[in-house]
Amino acid sequence: MMASSYSAKEEDGHHSGSAGLGGTAIRTRKPDNTAFKQQRLPAWQPILTAGTVLPAFFIIGLIFIPIGIGLFVTSNNIKEFEIDYTGTDMSSPCFNCSQSFSWNSTTPCRCVLFFSLDQPFESNVFMYYGLSNFYQNHRRYVKSRDDSQLNGDERSLKEPSKECEPYRTNENKPIAPCGAIANSMFNDTLDLFYIDPNGTQTQIPFIKKGIAWWTDKHVKFRNPSSSNPNLTAVFIDTAKPVNWRKPVYELDTDPENNGFINEDFIVWMRTAALPTFRKLYRIIQKKNNMTPTLPRGNYSLEVTYNYPVRSFEGRKRMILSTISWMGGKNPFLGIAYITVGSICFFLGVVLLFIHHKYGNRNNSSDIPN
Amino acid sequence: PMIGFFGRSMARETGESGETKSTKVKKHKRRKSKKESKTRIVHANILYDLTKGGDNPNRHYANNKIKTTKYTLLSFLPKNLFEQFHRFANVYFVFIALLNFVPVVNAFQPELALAPVVFILSVTAIKDLWEDYRRHRSDKEINHMDCLVYSRNEKQYVEKYWKELRVGDFIRLRCNEILPADVLLLSSSDPDRLCHIETATLDGETNLKQRQVVRSFIDLDCEFDPFKYNSVIECEKPNNDLNRFRGYIIHRSGRRDGLYKDNLLLRGCTIRNTEEAVGIVIYAGHETKAMLNNNGPRYKRSKLERQMNVDVFWCVVILLVMCLFSAIGHGLWMFQYGDKRPVFDVLSPEGTDLSPVVSAIYLFLTMIIVFQVLIPISLFVSIEIVKICQVYFIHQDMELYDEETDSHLQCRALNITEDLGQMQYIFSDKTGTLTENKMVFRRCTVAGVEYSAVNQYKIEAPNLTVAPGAEPKPNGPAFCPNTLPSLFMYHSEKDITPDPQLMDKVNECSSQMEFMRFHSQPLNQIPPDLCDIFDFFIALTICNTVVVSSPNQPRQKVGRPTTRNYLLSSPSAESTLTKLNEEKRPEHDLQHAFSPTRPNFEKTKALAQDECELRYEAESPDEAALVYAARAYKCALVGRLPDQVTVELPHLGKLSFELLHTLGFDSTRKRMSVVVKHPLTEQITVYSKGADSVIMDLIRPGTDDCKGKRQRKILYKTQNYLNLYAADGLRTLCIAKKVLSKEEYASWLQHHLEAETAIQRREELLFESALRLETNLQLLGATGIEDRLQDGVPETIASLRKAGLQIWVLTGDKQETAINIAYACKLLDPEEEIITLNADSQEACAVLLENSLHYIQAKFLCNPRPDPQAARDYAGIHFSSPVCSPASSGHSSPFLVHRLGLVIDGRTLAYALDKSLEDDFLAVARSCRSVLCCRSTPLQKSMVVKLVRNKLKVMTLAIGDGANDVSMIQVADVGVGISGQEGMQAVMASDFALPRFRYLQKLLLVHGHWCYSRLANMILYFFYKNAMFVALIFWYQFYCGFSGSAMVDQWYLIFFNLMFSAFPQLITGTLDKDVSAETLQELPQLYMNGQNSEEYKPYMFWMNMIDAFYQSLICFFIPYFAYVDSDVDLFTWGTPITTLALFTILLHLGIETKTWTLMNWMSIGFSIALFFTVALCYNASCPTCFSPSNTYWIMQKLLGDPIFYLLCVVTPIAALLPRYI
Repeated sequence: MMASSYSAKEEDGHHSGSAGLGGTAIRTRKPDNTAFKQQRLPAWQPILTAGTVLPAFFIIGLIFIPIGIGLFVTSNNIKEFEIDYTGTDMSSPCFNCSQSFSWNSTTPCRCVLFFSLDQPFESNVFMYYGLSNFYQNHRRYVKSRDDSQLNGDERSLKEPSKECEPYRTNENKPIAPCGAIANSMFNDTLDLFYIDPNGTQTQIPFIKKGIAWWTDKHVKFRNPSSSNPNLTAVFIDTAKPVNWRKPVYELDTDPENNGFINEDFIVWMRTAALPTFRKLYRIIQKKNNMTPTLPRGNYSLEVTYNYPVRSFEGRKRMILSTISWMGGKNPFLGIAYITVGSICFFLGVVLLFIHHKYGNRNNSSDIPN
Repeated sequence: PMIGFFGRSMARETGESGETKSTKVKKHKRRKSKKESKTRIVHANILYDLTKGGDNPNRHYANNKIKTTKYTLLSFLPKNLFEQFHRFANVYFVFIALLNFVPVVNAFQPELALAPVVFILSVTAIKDLWEDYRRHRSDKEINHMDCLVYSRNEKQYVEKYWKELRVGDFIRLRCNEILPADVLLLSSSDPDRLCHIETATLDGETNLKQRQVVRSFIDLDCEFDPFKYNSVIECEKPNNDLNRFRGYIIHRSGRRDGLYKDNLLLRGCTIRNTEEAVGIVIYAGHETKAMLNNNGPRYKRSKLERQMNVDVFWCVVILLVMCLFSAIGHGLWMFQYGDKRPVFDVLSPEGTDLSPVVSAIYLFLTMIIVFQVLIPISLFVSIEIVKICQVYFIHQDMELYDEETDSHLQCRALNITEDLGQMQYIFSDKTGTLTENKMVFRRCTVAGVEYSAVNQYKIEAPNLTVAPGAEPKPNGPAFCPNTLPSLFMYHSEKDITPDPQLMDKVNECSSQMEFMRFHSQPLNQIPPDLCDIFDFFIALTICNTVVVSSPNQPRQKVGRPTTRNYLLSSPSAESTLTKLNEEKRPEHDLQHAFSPTRPNFEKTKALAQDECELRYEAESPDEAALVYAARAYKCALVGRLPDQVTVELPHLGKLSFELLHTLGFDSTRKRMSVVVKHPLTEQITVYSKGADSVIMDLIRPGTDDCKGKRQRKILYKTQNYLNLYAADGLRTLCIAKKVLSKEEYASWLQHHLEAETAIQRREELLFESALRLETNLQLLGATGIEDRLQDGVPETIASLRKAGLQIWVLTGDKQETAINIAYACKLLDPEEEIITLNADSQEACAVLLENSLHYIQAKFLCNPRPDPQAARDYAGIHFSSPVCSPASSGHSSPFLVHRLGLVIDGRTLAYALDKSLEDDFLAVARSCRSVLCCRSTPLQKSMVVKLVRNKLKVMTLAIGDGANDVSMIQVADVGVGISGQEGMQAVMASDFALPRFRYLQKLLLVHGHWCYSRLANMILYFFYKNAMFVALIFWYQFYCGFSGSAMVDQWYLIFFNLMFSAFPQLITGTLDKDVSAETLQELPQLYMNGQNSEEYKPYMFWMNMIDAFYQSLICFFIPYFAYVDSDVDLFTWGTPITTLALFTILLHLGIETKTWTLMNWMSIGFSIALFFTVALCYNASCPTCFSPSNTYWIMQKLLGDPIFYLLCVVTPIAALLPRYI
C-alpha cells in the first residue's frame, strides 16, 4: 500500500515533468474514448411494440400449427397394441401364476393369452414389455451397479464396487453381474403365435439382436477376457445374482449374445426414467413387401411367468408397435405444438384487435419506463 | 467550511481517557517494567553497539522491516481458508460437500460434489494470493530502499536498507529523500534549524510543513556528533494520531525538554528544502504513525445486498420445505409397501432393512445436497465480479474526468456501487463542494470604513440593520438574488485590484511611521484610524501559518541571512522569560531587524520586484487569499520562521516581528491568534482572526469615553457591514488585536508554559490558556472573501431535485452567507417560503418547532406529523391526497414536497438534535423542500446525517471536501469526497471521490441507476434461475418415489450454474442499459425508480419464484408427456430437460436484457456451445468412469433424435409465453 502510493506520486511527478518539458507527449489519466469503455457499444434494443410482437405471434402460430398437425397425424398412423398379462383378475389366464409365484420357485409357470389385431401391422414391429409402478429410477437402485465389471474389467469381476452392496457377494463369491439392477432383471419369456383362421398356430419369428444401443453392446458392455470364448471358465469364481435362475454365461446360447453382452440384459441395465416404462423385447422383421408383418387376425401370447410384481402392485404388459421417424406412438407432442401455436395465434388476433382499437392513442407514448 | 479555514481539525479524536499514566518520570526503569509502562524510552543505539544483543534497551521495539502481507507460504492455505470460512455461505457449501462423503445420504460422487466449493474457494484464494504477492513485492521494494545510518565502527553514516533500521539509530536525511521511519529531528543544515517536509503521502496535502530541531539541539553550531549524544528520550507508545506527539528528552545533566509533533518527522513524508537533517529513530516499521494509520479498505454492505440476504434466507426456507416435503413423501412411499419389499427398493449396504422414518431422515439430508443449487453458490462471486466491472466502467467514464486537475472519479469502496442508484437524501457541504473554495479577497472594512475592491458594485448605505439572531423575513426582498451575478465573476486569488482609497491610506500610514521612526518619535501620535489600518494589514499578513516559497526554485525556501542572530532568541519559553527581564537586548536586536533601510532602497525595490513572485503555501485557501490581499496593498509577507515573521512595507522596508506564540486554529474556538512583539512599538501584541460570531463577542470597547465611543461606533458599523457581506455570500472574518502589558503577558506565559509542558490534558490546558489570552480584544476590521460557485452546480442541484433527492446543505458558514449561496445555486427558490429557526434555548427551540409544524399544517391543510405508526401510512396518504404528502422517505416525488425552505443555525440545531425534539425537527425538516444548516460543527453534521438515516430509514449520501466533513462522510450510507483544495482527508474517508460537484449528477442519475438496475435484475435472475432448475428435480421426485434421484446428470447439475449459464448473466449484469444515459439525464425522474427500490421489491422475488416454478413445470412436463410410457432411460430423458432448461433460462435472460450488444450474443452463443461441447465430450469420453452416471453416448444419440429438436423449439416458447403477455 505504502509503496504503491509512493510510486504513484513519483509517476505523477514524472508526468508533469515531461508535460512541462516536452509538451507534446502528454500522458494524462484521461480515459480512452472507446465505445466499450464509454458503454456505447452498438446495441439492439428490442422494444416490445405491437409492430414486433404481433408478427412474432402470428409467425409462431402459423409455423407451429402445421407442425403439430403433422406430428399428430404421424403419431396416429403408428399402430400399437397393448395387452396386460399381470394376472391380477381371477379371470385372467395368468392369475394362478401371479398368485403362486415367488423369486425362489424353480418350476416355470406358463400362461397363454389370446388377442386379435384389428388392423395389420405393416412395417417392422417392435415388441416391448411394459412395467408399471416399477421404480427403476430409485436413487439407490440406479446406483447399484458396477460399470467397470460390466465393461469386462477383471479386477472388478473379482472385487465388485461397493455401490453394489448388498448385492455384491454371495457366499463369499463376487456376484457377476453385481448390484440391484442386475439382480432384478426381467425374466419373463414371451412368445407370440399367429392363429390362422383354420386354427393352426405359427410362431412368429423374433429377432433378439439389435434391441440394445450399439454403443452399449460394443463399447460399454464387454465380457471379461473376451479372447476366451469359454464364458463358463471366465465366470468360474463368481456367483449368479440371487434372484437369477441361471448364471450370466447361460443367458443365451449365441456367444455373441451371452454374458454381459446379452442384449436383454443390456436393455434392462439402461434404467428407465419413469416408474411406468416399456423396454424393447424383440423385433419382428418385415418379411417382404407383399404380406404385412403381422396380418389382421388372432394371436396368442405365451408367457413364461417368472417375474413377480405383486409386491409393489406392478403391472406387466406386452406391447406391439410399429415406429415412425419420431419413435413410438405419442400424440402429445403434436397436441403441444397445436396448442402453443393456437394460443399464439389467438393472442395475436386479440392483440391485433386491441392494437387496432386503442393503438392510435398509444403511438406517441413510446418512452420506455 | 469555516472550520476548515485555518487549519485542519482532526475529526478523529483519539480517546485519551485510557491514559492515566503517572507523570512522574522514572528515570531508571527496569527492563521488565518497561514493557508494561505506558511510555516508550529510546536510547541511542551506538551506546550499545558493542554489547551485542542482550543489553540494548531498544531491542524490544519493532524494527523497520515492514510486512504487510497477510500470509506466508506455509500459512497461506490454512489462514486463507480460515478467513474464507468466515463467510457463512462457504461454510454451508463445504458442509454440503462433506455430507456427500456419508454413504447413506450421498447424492453425487463425493469428489465431484466438492468441485464447486473448491472452485469458488480457489478463485477467491487465487485473488487473495495475487494481492498478497503484490503487497509482498512492494514490501520488498520498500524494505530495500537505502538510507544513511550512523555506524559506530566506521564513525560515519553508511548506506543501509530501510529494513535494517532500528529504533535508536541515527540517520542522516538528504533533500527529497523519503523518511524511512518516524524520526526525531536533532539537527538540520538549515540555518534556522528547520526542516521542511511534504506530507502528501499521508494526507495528500502538498504544502510544506515546517519541522523543528529539538529545542536543546538548536544551539548546536557545529555539526551534530552522534558520539556526544547521551540523552534519553521518553515518549508515548506508538499510536495512529498523526497530529500528536508528546514526550521528553532527558539530558545527562538532568535537564528535560519537551518534545512536540513539530519535532517529529513522519515516515512516508518527503524532505524538502533542507539539504541535510539528522535524527534519531523513535518509531520504526509497523509502529510508525503512517503504518498505524494504514487501514484496509472499508467494507460496507449495500442496501440491495441486505435485501438480497433476506431472500437468500427465504431460499433456505424454500429449500427446507422442499426437502421436508420430499422426506415425508419418501416416508409415506416406503410405508405403503409395508413389509413387502419391492425389488427396486435396495437394502442398506449392510443388508438390513430401513424403516420408513429412518430413510425419510436420510433422504432429508440427501435432498439438501440435491437441491443445494437453490442457494446460489456462485451468486456472491458473480456479484463481486459484476461490481468490479461496474467500478471499472465508472472509472472509465470520460464525462467524469476533469481535464483541469487530470483526475477522474475514484471508487474507493468497491461494493456499494448499486447504492448510488437508491439515494434519497444528499447532505452536502458548501465550501469547496458547491463552491470552488478558491478564495478571492473582495472587500474589507477597517475601523468602520468600508473599502471595496470592486468599484462598480457599491453597497448602499447600511441603514438596513439586521440584529444578530433576528429572523429574516420569509420571502423578504433583502435576499433578492438579482444582485448576485457580479459576485461570481472569475478571478484568481492573486488577482486583486486594490481599493485606491485604502491604498493611499496605507501609503500615508507607512510613510508617517517611517518618518516617526526616523525621528524616534512615539508612534501613538499617528491618528487611530491609520494605526488601525496598519495593524489590520499586519494582522492579515502575520496571523496565519502561511509558508513562503519562491516559484522559480520550487520548494526552496527564501533565504535571509540577516536573521542569523535571531536564532538565539528562540521562542523557547525560558529564553523568552529571560528576555522579558532584560530590557535592552530586544532593542538591540531590533536595530538589526531594520537593516535594509533607506540607503539601499533601490536594492530593496529590485528585491521586492523579485519577491512579488513569492508563492504562499497556506493550509487553507482563506489564509492565502488574505496574504495575497495584504500584498496587493503592499504589505507583503516575505519570510516566515518559527520564531519570526518578516513583512515588507512601503517606506518602512522589511520589518521583523518576533513571533512569541501561535495559538492555532481549532473548530471550537473558531479563531487563531499570534502573539508578537511589535518591532515599532515594542509592545507585546496579540493579533486574532476568526469567525465574526466569536470575535465580536470577545470585543470589549475601551472604558474611557473617547476611545470607547469610537470603538463602539466601529463595532456597530462593522457589524452592519458584516451583515451586508454575508448577504452577498461573502465569507467574513474579523480581525482584532490586543496589546498586552509585560506583566499581563508574564502571568499568562507562566500558565501557558505549564500547559505546554503538561503531558496529560495538554490540549485541554492549551485550550484554556488560549481562551485566557483571547479576551478584551480591540476590533480592527473585517474582511469579505468571495468563494465562487463551481460550474454547473445550480443545474446539478435542479436535476438531482427532480430526481426526487432531498438536498440538505450543512455548512459552517454564516447564516446569511449560506442563504445567499443557497439562492445562487438554486437550492432555495425566491418564490418559496423560508422557515428560519434561530433559538437561544431548548424551550424556545421547542416552541419554534411546534409553531412551524402548526404553520405547515395550517398552510397545507393536513397533518404531516410523523408519529411512527403514521409514517408507514404515508404511501396511503400520498395516493389519496397527494398535495398533503410530506416529504416522506420513499414515496414522495419532488412536486409533492411543500415549497418551503428551512434554515437552521448551529446553536438551534444543537437543541433540535436533542432527543426530545428530534422528532419534531424531522417532521418540520422533511416537509421542506430544502434544508440549510448553518454554523454547524463537524459533529453536528454527522449527527444530522445519522438522525435522518436512522429515523427516516432512508439512504443518505454525504458529500464534502474538507476534514470537517469526514465524520459526516463516514456516517452516511455513501460518502463522497471532493478532491478539491482542502487536502485529501475527505477523499481518504470517502467511498467515491469526485473532482467536481457537478459530476454527482451523472454518477447518481446514470451510473447509480444502471448499477442498481443491473445488479437488482441480476440478483433476481439468479434466484429465478436456480429455483427454476431445482424445481425440475423437485417435480421429478413425484415420479421416483421421493428417493432423491435426479434425472439431470450430476455433472450438469453441479456445473450448470458455474459454467453453462454463468457468462450471459455476467455480461448482462455489467453491460445492460435499461434506459440510455441521455434519457436518464434528461429525465431525472427515472431515478425515483431506484429510490423506491422498484427493480427489486420483496414481491418481485416471489413473482420470480412463481415464474420459475411455472417454467420448470413446463420444462418438466412437456418432456414428461413426450416420453411417458416409452423405453426412454433416465439420462436420455434428463439430458433434454437440462438442455431445455438452459435454453429457457437463456431466453428468459434475453427477454430481460434491454440492450443487446455483440457481447450478449456472443455470451449466449458461447454458453450454448459450451454446454453442447462439454456434453458431447463428456458423453463420449469414458463409458465407465462416471459411475453412477450412465451418460455414455447420450447426447450423440439425442442429436440424432427429431423429438429432441421438436422439444427444444416448443418448450422454451411455451415456458416464456406468459412473459410476452
